[in-house]
Amino acid sequence: MDVLGAVAASLFQFGDTFAFLVLSASGLAIIFGMMGVINLAHGEFIMCGAYVTVLASRAGLPLPAAILAGALAAGLAGMVVERLVVRHLYSRPLDTIVATWGISLIASQGTLILMGSTMQGVGTPLGSLEVGGYHYSGYRLVLIAVALALLLALYLFFNRTRFGVLARATIQVPHMAEALGVDTRRVYSLTFGLGAALAGLTGGLYAPTMTMVPTMGATFIVEAFVTVVVGGADVFLGTAPAAAVLGVVKAGLTAGYGQLFGQIGLLVAVIGFIRMLPKGISGFILRERA
Amino acid sequence: MSFARLISRIEGPQTLGRGPAFWGGFAVVLAAAYGYPLLADGYTVGNTAYFLTWTFMALGLCLIWGYGGVLSFGQTAFFGMAGYGYGVLTLNFGEAYGFTLLALVLAVAAAALLAVVLGYFLFFGRISGVFLGIVTLSVTLVFERFMAQTAGPEWRIGAARLNGFNGMSGMPPLTVPWFGGDIVLFPDVALYYVLLTLLLVVYLALRILVNSRFGNVLVAIRENPERAEMLGYDIRRYQLGAFVIGAALAGLSGVLYTSWGQYITPSSMGITAAALPIIWVAVGGRSDLTATLVGTLAILALFQALTIHGSQYALVVMGALLVVTVLAAPEGIVTALLKLPGRFGRRSAVRAITEAEG
Repeated sequence: MDVLGAVAASLFQFGDTFAFLVLSASGLAIIFGMMGVINLAHGEFIMCGAYVTVLASRAGLPLPAAILAGALAAGLAGMVVERLVVRHLYSRPLDTIVATWGISLIASQGTLILMGSTMQGVGTPLGSLEVGGYHYSGYRLVLIAVALALLLALYLFFNRTRFGVLARATIQVPHMAEALGVDTRRVYSLTFGLGAALAGLTGGLYAPTMTMVPTMGATFIVEAFVTVVVGGADVFLGTAPAAAVLGVVKAGLTAGYGQLFGQIGLLVAVIGFIRMLPKGISGFILRERA
Repeated sequence: MSFARLISRIEGPQTLGRGPAFWGGFAVVLAAAYGYPLLADGYTVGNTAYFLTWTFMALGLCLIWGYGGVLSFGQTAFFGMAGYGYGVLTLNFGEAYGFTLLALVLAVAAAALLAVVLGYFLFFGRISGVFLGIVTLSVTLVFERFMAQTAGPEWRIGAARLNGFNGMSGMPPLTVPWFGGDIVLFPDVALYYVLLTLLLVVYLALRILVNSRFGNVLVAIRENPERAEMLGYDIRRYQLGAFVIGAALAGLSGVLYTSWGQYITPSSMGITAAALPIIWVAVGGRSDLTATLVGTLAILALFQALTIHGSQYALVVMGALLVVTVLAAPEGIVTALLKLPGRFGRRSAVRAITEAEG
């Protein structure tokens, strides 16, 4: 029983880290996979989702609806940013990173000015349950389930819906898709919005577990960056396996040495990893296939 | 070596500004910069010296990013490494016998060593473009978070406590041993002259470097890595070389900043601090040393003027400036202004050609 309990605790620790990595990275990975652009304002879209979730929840909306409102708000903000800035830079992907960094500064400082240096949050729902002598947060179990459901939903979305097929066509050969009548500008705009909405969803989901400060997005971005670096350009073949591998590294180190060393170990592992697989896991898998 | 030959090595295809007009103006600006402390009070001069401490990091980033085409978003990691290194060394060994100067060299070397290790994995793993940017940024963010949690008394190196989020303080300023008593470089006129001279040397040395064979290869790699490789250049070595030089310059800024204010905090490596060098270099004009230098000093002055009305607003303006520059003047505002006279000439030439063909 003791052994089983310890195994379950390790599994939970791993699942918790895996969920955090998947949720942090999926929005970033979708935009990167689509446009080859790293959105440095990713953390601010997460912050936007978290703030809207908390405000909506305090206004009386039930938490799941508030989280969806947060995702929606971040998605709309993403489409505005795409329309105003990113759209003009598709021919210069490296400049997009710099421009989104400027947006990130404006957004986090603007929030600081408008909302103050901290905001009252909402409590973590669902309490905790005890299995085999270990306590588990019920809400974190829900987060693990949401991360898995999100991966499944994204897979179905990109493989089974018309928009998903058009989006993948646009990724592979943009001008050919355009010649066949795909409105690629709309596809880019919606994909950027989808990536931002996923960031907002992440912010909304983690809002009840965090302190609400304008720089809260920074908590997520290192994990999001390294997961995308290790994963490469594909969400399913890259982000998910990368989150699984890095989840083991980080959960193990966090259990042994604490949160910070989990993060340092993660970064060191990633730098070593890309020395061997520069194109990430998805590049490795796709090359094996080809 | 004659003066003309020296000039010919400072000028070249990789730098804007050549000929008697440019160097005449350069001499005037330099004379004004050297004469300026005679007209201003010590506090203002010390404040100007503060601006100068940052210019080295900007020039280093210009070399890596502008000339090498390598997106290094983590220059502040090297800045912090050297700043903390200087603090640890001087708090342990004091400032006597010119040790602060040795500490400066050692701290810059530590930053360069960090760059060698990190750069080896990045360049020899053939990481480029976007990924290089976010890995270097992640390194500095994790470094910041590590330093921010060193508040406890167990985090000490010898006599130097790292002090967590509040940072280290109380390290001595740079001290030059001299006949009849050490010269202590407090933020005042003496420090200003030292920094100005150092900046002049670094600026001219970088001009020689980018116009040398090394610089030409570096620019060739930026323009087309595959072609440069096919021509037989080991692009990894060139990029690593530029990366290490740029990191050492960021480290130099870190030491100078730390000794200027006698403190260093983890937030000098955070995401906001890491964005500032990018803004100076991008807005000034990353593909030219002179444009970067002018832009950096102008933006630092603007930033300080805005900070009087609230540093939060100043950062919003900085972010907006960056976005607008990328959209409207991708080669940088100063570069665009410097090229303005030439551009009109070229445009009319192009028009003449198209009209002749049409």
